[in-house]
Amino acid sequence: MVKAAQEMKPEAITERRRGWFLNIYTKLAIAYLFAPVIFMIVFGFNDPQGRFNLSWQGFTLKYYSPSRLFEFEELNQAITHSLTIAFLTALLATILGTLIALALTRFTFKGRSALNLLLFVPMASPEVVLGAALLSLFVTLNFARGFTTVLIAHIMFSISYVVVTVKARTAGFDQNLEDAAGDLGASPWVAFWTVTFPLIWPGIMAAALLAFVLSLDDYVITLFNNGGYITLPLWIAGASRLGVPVQVNVLGTLIFMIGAVYAIVSIIRTRGERVSSIH
Amino acid sequence: MSSVHLEGVTKSFKDMVAVDNIDLDVREGEFLSFLGPSGCGKTTTLRMIGGFEQPTSGKIFLGEDNVAGLPAYKRNVNTVFQSYALFPHLAVAENVGYGLKRKKVGKDETKKRVEEMLELVDLPGYGDRRINQMSGGQQQRVALARALVNRPGVLLLDEPLGALDLKLRKQMQLELKRIQSEVGITFIYVTHDQEEAMTMSDRIAVMNAGHFEQIGAPQDIYEFPATEFVASFLGASNLLDGDVESGDGGMTRVKLAVGSTVSVPTNRMPAGAGHVRVGVRPEKLHITGAGATGDGGGTSANGHGANAVEAQVMVSTYIGVSTSYECRTSDGSKIVVYVQNLGNSAQPIGAGATVRLSWDPEHTFAVGANGGGK
Repeated sequence: MVKAAQEMKPEAITERRRGWFLNIYTKLAIAYLFAPVIFMIVFGFNDPQGRFNLSWQGFTLKYYSPSRLFEFEELNQAITHSLTIAFLTALLATILGTLIALALTRFTFKGRSALNLLLFVPMASPEVVLGAALLSLFVTLNFARGFTTVLIAHIMFSISYVVVTVKARTAGFDQNLEDAAGDLGASPWVAFWTVTFPLIWPGIMAAALLAFVLSLDDYVITLFNNGGYITLPLWIAGASRLGVPVQVNVLGTLIFMIGAVYAIVSIIRTRGERVSSIH
Repeated sequence: MSSVHLEGVTKSFKDMVAVDNIDLDVREGEFLSFLGPSGCGKTTTLRMIGGFEQPTSGKIFLGEDNVAGLPAYKRNVNTVFQSYALFPHLAVAENVGYGLKRKKVGKDETKKRVEEMLELVDLPGYGDRRINQMSGGQQQRVALARALVNRPGVLLLDEPLGALDLKLRKQMQLELKRIQSEVGITFIYVTHDQEEAMTMSDRIAVMNAGHFEQIGAPQDIYEFPATEFVASFLGASNLLDGDVESGDGGMTRVKLAVGSTVSVPTNRMPAGAGHVRVGVRPEKLHITGAGATGDGGGTSANGHGANAVEAQVMVSTYIGVSTSYECRTSDGSKIVVYVQNLGNSAQPIGAGATVRLSWDPEHTFAVGANGGGK
């Protein structure tokens, strides 16, 4: 062993040491990122005796049965609210944001650079500021808080992310392709749907998912503007004062699994495409 | 198949005039090239015929119809783009069939025509490939097939071979010419490569600064350039300043600034000019040592050497098939001479020697002294 180390070139030793360090560091980073998620998943199988799901009491699958999972009417309603808002936010913010991204990349118009800059404001400002500002706006306008204000707020903060995501795709778009479509007899409308749209579709999908997740997740802005329209994060935050039921862990686990499965599938698909394009 | 006719077409972008009041007649089934340096307006003119740009003023006729103002998708014209602009999300056959699908051609017919077209461009059986699986040369052919399958009246080609390497380029030039004669469609081809234009075209329209300098068959343009720009853009030219002295019958006498008087066919003289530049191509010149008087005093029996000037050899370069001499006349004009190396007896003339350069009046042309920039 000593002899082997002596024979090794100095660079090889640093190389190996770095490899060892990087290895440990990577594992620590992954553990740090996933510890809360793993904790959440594990405690979804806990069978607590009291109100608090904080110490391990025994394994059970009973909270995965629909009758137990959906036993709290308020929780069910919060889930419905959150999914409704997230779906509508993803839909509307993606449509509006995609149109903005297209306009920003292909036209020069008055206020273009100002718009480009202002789009970063919702991303850069603290949520608590946005939430409070929106609330004072709605109060000034005498606009009743509820479903509509929550939806408006969510679309407002999601649009910027949609624009940035879609723009990454439209900026690299070859304008000649639309000329070519027109040359072959496609009207601008047909050219958009047969050429432009399919090519920027992956960007639009990514943006819609991002908007959906951002909306599903939002607590601070919704807290200011909900007017009694309780979403899942609001309900969980409220419940945590009395003890979070195991159902929340189970729901969290299920949502996480959907995301994980989606990620894995898309990785496999892109890998498959890369392989097929090599051959 | 249809003819193209431009009438007073102008295109300006803000205060820049890209195309300046041009007229053009392209005959049915013709292969016509727009040749010119970058920024001369050739691509803009092509894009106006294609419908991607609208003229600021003027008329564009495809066959009988004035299409100025109509968008590209309403014109019976197809384009092969410089970047090919193939649709990356569609397979080769879907790319080629795209135009037919827009015209609502039936599935079976589309399939048949796409296959025929892929065969024509030498890509049979490639229909299912993805675009990114094709090489540059193959993509070029797909772009050509995608345009031709629509049986357009006119096919526009915007420097389509620009991205290919030299060998493939030469091959595609011949291929394009073959395909054009096979389908018989009018081709308008944009290029800045004079050799490419010469190889393929029935006629060449030389463009400069937004207007046509000369339109004609490759031989006419090369042998008898109408302007100084054409003379220097296509091949090498020797231009000598002179003043018109007199004309008799078919020949006009021009007194050159270097001293001698030469004959120029009158029909190659610019109209109404007193001061002209007389031109002759380097390979048309005969070079003889000043001592040798074999050619006589400028009126040999066979007509050779009827025009002559004296000059001094500055540089002589042996190239193999030929020797190139760079000479200078007494007034400082540069004259380049190419002499073919026909036998091993030919003694290259050394630098510094005084020589006599002579040529046939039939090979002489003249351009206006102030016309065209260099």
